[in-house]
Amino acid sequence: MSDPNLLLSFLTKLNALTGGVFLLVAFGLVAIRQMLTCLRLYVFQSLLLAISALILGYFYGSIHLFIVAGLTIIAKVLLIPWLLRHTVGYESYAKREISQAINIPASLLIALAITVFAYYIAVPMLAAAGAGRFAWVNLPIGLACLILGAFAVTVRREAVPQLLGILAMENGAFLAGVAIAPNLPLFAELAAAFDVLIIALVMGLLTMKIHRTLGKTAVGELIALKED
Amino acid sequence: MELLIILIICAVAAALSLIPLGKRFAPVVTLLASLVVFALAILAALANLRGGEVVAVRDWISCDSLSALILLLAAFVGLAAAIFSWGYINAIVGAGDDRKIRRYYSRFNLFLLSLLAIPLFSNVAIVWIAVELTTLFAVFLVSFESTPQALEAAWKFIVLTGMGAALALFGILLLYWGLSLAHHPGAFTWAHLVAAAPQMPSTLRNTAFLFILIGFGAKVGLVPLHTWIPEAYSQAPSPICTLLSGIETSAVLYCILRLLPLFPSGAASRAGLWFIVFGLISTGVAAFLMLKTKDFKRLFAFSTVEHMGIIMVGAGLGTFAAHFGAMLQIVAHSLTKSLCFFAAGSTLMATGTRNIPAIRGLIRISPLAGIFLMVGGLAIAGAPPFAVFLGEFAILKSGVASGQYLVIGLLALFIGVAFFSIMYQINQMVFGSPDVILIDEQSLFGRSTLPRRNILPWTCIAALVVTVIPVIVLGVYLPDQLYLLLHNAAAVLGGSR
Repeated sequence: MSDPNLLLSFLTKLNALTGGVFLLVAFGLVAIRQMLTCLRLYVFQSLLLAISALILGYFYGSIHLFIVAGLTIIAKVLLIPWLLRHTVGYESYAKREISQAINIPASLLIALAITVFAYYIAVPMLAAAGAGRFAWVNLPIGLACLILGAFAVTVRREAVPQLLGILAMENGAFLAGVAIAPNLPLFAELAAAFDVLIIALVMGLLTMKIHRTLGKTAVGELIALKED
Repeated sequence: MELLIILIICAVAAALSLIPLGKRFAPVVTLLASLVVFALAILAALANLRGGEVVAVRDWISCDSLSALILLLAAFVGLAAAIFSWGYINAIVGAGDDRKIRRYYSRFNLFLLSLLAIPLFSNVAIVWIAVELTTLFAVFLVSFESTPQALEAAWKFIVLTGMGAALALFGILLLYWGLSLAHHPGAFTWAHLVAAAPQMPSTLRNTAFLFILIGFGAKVGLVPLHTWIPEAYSQAPSPICTLLSGIETSAVLYCILRLLPLFPSGAASRAGLWFIVFGLISTGVAAFLMLKTKDFKRLFAFSTVEHMGIIMVGAGLGTFAAHFGAMLQIVAHSLTKSLCFFAAGSTLMATGTRNIPAIRGLIRISPLAGIFLMVGGLAIAGAPPFAVFLGEFAILKSGVASGQYLVIGLLALFIGVAFFSIMYQINQMVFGSPDVILIDEQSLFGRSTLPRRNILPWTCIAALVVTVIPVIVLGVYLPDQLYLLLHNAAAVLGGSR
């Protein structure tokens, strides 16, 4: 590892691998029906985000990105799954989601189109900015995951996958963020980690309330409020 | 210094509200806190008029004319909502449940804190967090009545605005990237962004703008993303509707407006075009939806969407006069919509239903609610002696002056349709022989018959009076200080003269 070029090439490849798996996990969140698996996928994705932050932090020699990685692990890998399991209640995870608005092959095809679209948006920006090699991986994949998360929220009908979709959107934004905005003020990072925790808590509590009041968490079937 | 104290007071009030010291304690604390906050906001605005930007913590907490205006509005509407909450929450919670009342006021103060934080913070990343917190603190206020409908509304609210927040976060990170690419040494504040904008790559700036417009647009209620607004506004308690409609939308719109100076001035700027397109679509769709709706709180919710559209068009026209009109419209809308939702809350208390066809002759059932609903309806629809009329007129006039006839023609048409829709619905409710036809699932508070006495709590009347005065006065007379503040705020947006 004494050769700096070798190290750079190794880190780039490692980061590209992390990014690739990150995108794969985002596809999983769109398609997988088991809710507990979805939660595990989200935790794995957060771990990948932390790894990407560590790789970039090591390369740039930035303590700041190490702190971001630490915050991600504490908040998203440890606290959020714990919070969600305790607030939502086990029975909401145990079942499978039966109906989706779009069936799985079709939604995977749409997800593929979304990824291409993300590259279509990201590449002109990367070219205009003269970005480094890490941003070329992280920005398009982060953007793809952001839009895939939004897509997951719209097609999934259960509360837990919708919640995880929103959290995955934030993960996507932060994966792009560690590459393009590596020196965001520390206070902002702390506040953002805190913020994600509250989102998980609030949505978890709301899911529990919905479950208790309606006896189900299929929020896609809630259509009492509309214009007639 | 005032700015820091404002934030501290709200946080302290939120904590104090939880102390179980009788059912009067939490409302009194909230009322006093919001009174002090309003006084401090006036001081901050005056200090701003005398000496320009008020700085509490450099690069973090400061307030220029535009943010002083939003701060002042937020503090005023917060005060009025605190007054109204007293009588309203007592009426809907009932005597026994102290705990629920304390929780309401604690969340109310936290929500107000996050709303006040949006204009107070100048660091863009923190502003994003404040915007996100407004959603999170408001969720359990929207679902306060814990009915299935309220929970459904709260879920739609958090899902849609949560998605929006994530999209806006991406846009904000892109802006930060742009700032570092421009080799600008300053911190990540609105002012430094404007200074660095010419050096940013334009694709980056445009993409960031679009993400923030769509993301925050979900919170403002721009049309494809407006669906949560009628649900949440119809289910939330009326004082919360006031905060959501009067302040939350304007404060988040303020974040979008802050991006306008990043673009080269003139009506042809890309940002201005997006503003006009989104604004016209929102105004038009909302104006027609108002005609169809059968729930008077949804009616006012769609009216919020309509007014946000009008303000967007005004801001997008790109001239200084249009920006001034947009500022005036923000003020007029906040005040008038507060009045409308207080009147809607009073109507709800008097009749127990939100259903428009069920209510006839409100003016005889509860004269006060009827009169204020009529005044509020006329004012929000844009009838001449009221503040909204001035704002709309200023925008239309400036558009004609800059020769944008198509945009102004469409806008005037939509405003006309909206006027007709609102007055048609409200006339139905207010006049006619007194009658409430309760449709069982629409009735509230477990009532099945009309109550004998329809006397509003005095705090509700006080809140109605406090809001109706500026709505009428601003329609005929604009105080010099307020004019100057509006003028300076419009100048921040940097339109061409």
